[in-house]
Amino acid sequence: MKVTLKVWRQKNRNTPGSFKTYESPELNENMSFLEMLDVVNEALANRGEEPIAFDHDCREGICGTCSLVIDGKPHGPHKGIATCQTYMRSFKDGDEIVVEPFRAKAFPLIKDLVCDRKAFDRIQHAGGFITVRTGAAPDANSIPVPKENADLAMDAAQCIGCGACVAACKNASAMLFVSAKISHLGLMPQGQPERYKRAKAMVDQMDAEGFGACTVTGSCEAVCPKEISLDFIARMNRDYGVALLKGDPKAIKGGGAG
Amino acid sequence: MATLNSNIPSGPLAEKWEHHKFYTKLINPANKRKYKIIVVGAGLAGASASATLAELGYEVHNFVFHDSPRRAHSVAAQGGINAAKNYQNDGDSVHRLFYDTIKGGDFRAREANVHRLAEVSVNIIDQCAAQGVPFAREYGGLLDNRSFGGAQVSRTFYARGQTGQQLLLGAYSALNRNIANGGVKSYTHAEMLDLVVVDGHAKGIIVRNLQTGEITRHNGDAVVLATGGYGNVYNLSTYARGANVTASWRAYKRGACFGNPCYTQIHPTCIPVSGDYQSKLTLMSESLRNDGRVWVPKRKEDCKKAPQDIAEGDRDYYLERMYSAFGNLAPRDIASRAAKTVCDEGRGVGETGLGVYLDFSAAIQRLGEGKVRERYGNLFAMYQEITNENAYQTPMRIYPAVHYTMGGLWVDYNLMSNVPGLFVLGEANFSDHGANRLGASALMQGLSDGYFVLPATISGYLAGQNPGKRPTTDNGSFKEAEENVQTMTKRLLGNKGKRTPDSFHKELGKLMWEHCGMARNEASLQKGIKAIGALREAYWKEVNVLGESNDWNQSLERAGRIADFIELGELMCRDALMREESCGGHFREEYQYTPDDPETKQGLVNPGDVKRRDDQFAFVAGWEYAGAPDKAPILNKEPLVYEEVKMSTRSYK
Repeated sequence: MKVTLKVWRQKNRNTPGSFKTYESPELNENMSFLEMLDVVNEALANRGEEPIAFDHDCREGICGTCSLVIDGKPHGPHKGIATCQTYMRSFKDGDEIVVEPFRAKAFPLIKDLVCDRKAFDRIQHAGGFITVRTGAAPDANSIPVPKENADLAMDAAQCIGCGACVAACKNASAMLFVSAKISHLGLMPQGQPERYKRAKAMVDQMDAEGFGACTVTGSCEAVCPKEISLDFIARMNRDYGVALLKGDPKAIKGGGAG
Repeated sequence: MATLNSNIPSGPLAEKWEHHKFYTKLINPANKRKYKIIVVGAGLAGASASATLAELGYEVHNFVFHDSPRRAHSVAAQGGINAAKNYQNDGDSVHRLFYDTIKGGDFRAREANVHRLAEVSVNIIDQCAAQGVPFAREYGGLLDNRSFGGAQVSRTFYARGQTGQQLLLGAYSALNRNIANGGVKSYTHAEMLDLVVVDGHAKGIIVRNLQTGEITRHNGDAVVLATGGYGNVYNLSTYARGANVTASWRAYKRGACFGNPCYTQIHPTCIPVSGDYQSKLTLMSESLRNDGRVWVPKRKEDCKKAPQDIAEGDRDYYLERMYSAFGNLAPRDIASRAAKTVCDEGRGVGETGLGVYLDFSAAIQRLGEGKVRERYGNLFAMYQEITNENAYQTPMRIYPAVHYTMGGLWVDYNLMSNVPGLFVLGEANFSDHGANRLGASALMQGLSDGYFVLPATISGYLAGQNPGKRPTTDNGSFKEAEENVQTMTKRLLGNKGKRTPDSFHKELGKLMWEHCGMARNEASLQKGIKAIGALREAYWKEVNVLGESNDWNQSLERAGRIADFIELGELMCRDALMREESCGGHFREEYQYTPDDPETKQGLVNPGDVKRRDDQFAFVAGWEYAGAPDKAPILNKEPLVYEEVKMSTRSYK
């Protein structure tokens, strides 16, 4: 099979970009989408044109590095998988495929199809953790966790941090990502002491990064490669609301014990 | 010649680590903040080390080539993590985990390191649970376990099929907390391209910013490499495409010895290769072997039949037949070689004939499809995405693929290389898995090194260093190292050849698989060394790297890494050639059990099993760079002394 690619090419953030059209070499339907791009890139390089820059790493749907908006849909045509797990058998011989980067103000473009998603890291610096020093942990079985809570926390914790939710949202909202992180830790008993403080800190940082508001269209859930549920957004909103009602913890005077 | 002193503490095996911690020099809390430590890599080992060192009060600088520390390839580990908790009351103990790991490694690991690993394993689970890692639970809320290859107890903790991801997110969250409170400075899209050695000590690194191309110098009182394994030397592997040997290799070229480079793990349960375009192989977790049965047709002529049409009596469940005690849970090296053997006999299945069946029909009959789906649903879905086949209805097809490297930079008991001040953690070092790694042990080792071992041992080195006299980046060694990096970049970009870097990588991969793969022999290894040497020379004549140095340039990144892989490939072949024995994942065809050997007659082993030669090869090979890629490297040996365990024939029958 062969396809025609319309690919976004952009040298860097400060240079305007545009779509370029490429005819693929002969392909095999068992190739992954990224292997198809490898083949196109080898052909480009062999005729002295700079290959298309795209992000990828594990190529098994878990690292969250790959991105791409394929024919208008982040991570391509299938539900519940990332671009790297999309295979050419999902396309037909002669198809024209439009390939773009994830576009959002908070994800500035680096080159061609690669954007910078460090905003996600900064949101997690703000509170995406349970404060426990190495060596200070009690025996792992000393705190039982009801199976249904552990399973639900795992549903949220599966998030691979790819940013497709942001790319799909008309407001470039990061609520699905942030709610997955907040819910994972907020559902575990170990995460209770910092639960509300965490929710507030992460939401505030999310806003500071320039992500948009949520209007619950569900486009994020529809494209999420791990099918993270919108329900977590409701959970986050509740925790955030409680955090606002509780207000900041009282400042402690003096230097504490010792 | 380098000196390889393992620095194993004296005293009884079970007390070594406690004693060593007590006798290692400490640094007082007020002084710790004066020390600056460079950590390269943020997988399980790098992230856990960075976070823990920062908690102790050191100034930590962490570097990753990824856009975020969370993307390190530890994230992809599926199955689980071992710990000697004995929560199942099935007879597990620290000593049993220690023994299983030593035996699994075919008696080529260092006893004291492995015992420490088993001791620390229980603390790891506590630590991760406290961080909120959502491990699988029983209905009573306590932690669930499963069994894994090479063990007869259930000691593996897991989080669905995504254990590596969840443990990594735990370590990443600890890292984040310390980035937020200023303990760690994090550099992302930052690739280490050289090690700076000042007066014989590792005191810094040279880094390229992948977004801007800027080259910068970074100094520290110690340098920690946690940069993973080098399986991508085979091009096709289960590694992430970005995984590379460059940090380790550049350290090797600065004097660090490379330990046992030929010890490669070929994992038995991967999806078979389908074509030449392929960029990676996908692992199906070994946990599948708990419920899946491995078989091929007894007769060649049945191979092209649909599996459902092959009668039960015409199937050869060869692992159950050959290794009745462990059956489908035989260790990885044994299961892989057995798959190769039956395929070489012409009994492989699938289009290429390089595949065996992993069949769940018995488990589905016994447990119901729902239970199987609950245990392995995501793996079955992944299999279907890749192959377009439904493994609930038809058996999976699997074949061995390169998955892990037991070799790596040589380190002593303190995890310090022979270059003082250079520490190496996780898969990047050689130390704990001997010649074969058991399943669910890599995550254990990465976190053990990062959370518990390095933070306790590094003070022993730092106490002898004066942070006030730390070499500055104006030092001549920094200048020389930066120039070295600039020269290589210019050479790659200025070389107007005709071939892409990737075409060389493919060629290297084929050479490695053919000459230094699952079965090796003298003549083939000699050929491999010659062919790879010729490839190295061709590379620098014919490679063509497009783009610029001061820009995001993936071709340039890959070109540098592939140059290193080519040199490494040659070293791996030399190591495999030198090691005239078979052990674990290293199978030399000349050294295998025959039907006439007493061990075979006693029923301990099968004909064709690996045959060690303890009298001559009970040592760690530490290869030392001889100053130029075309000069033969120097072999140093660290003898393996077993005080507690007797080196014996490894039997899984």
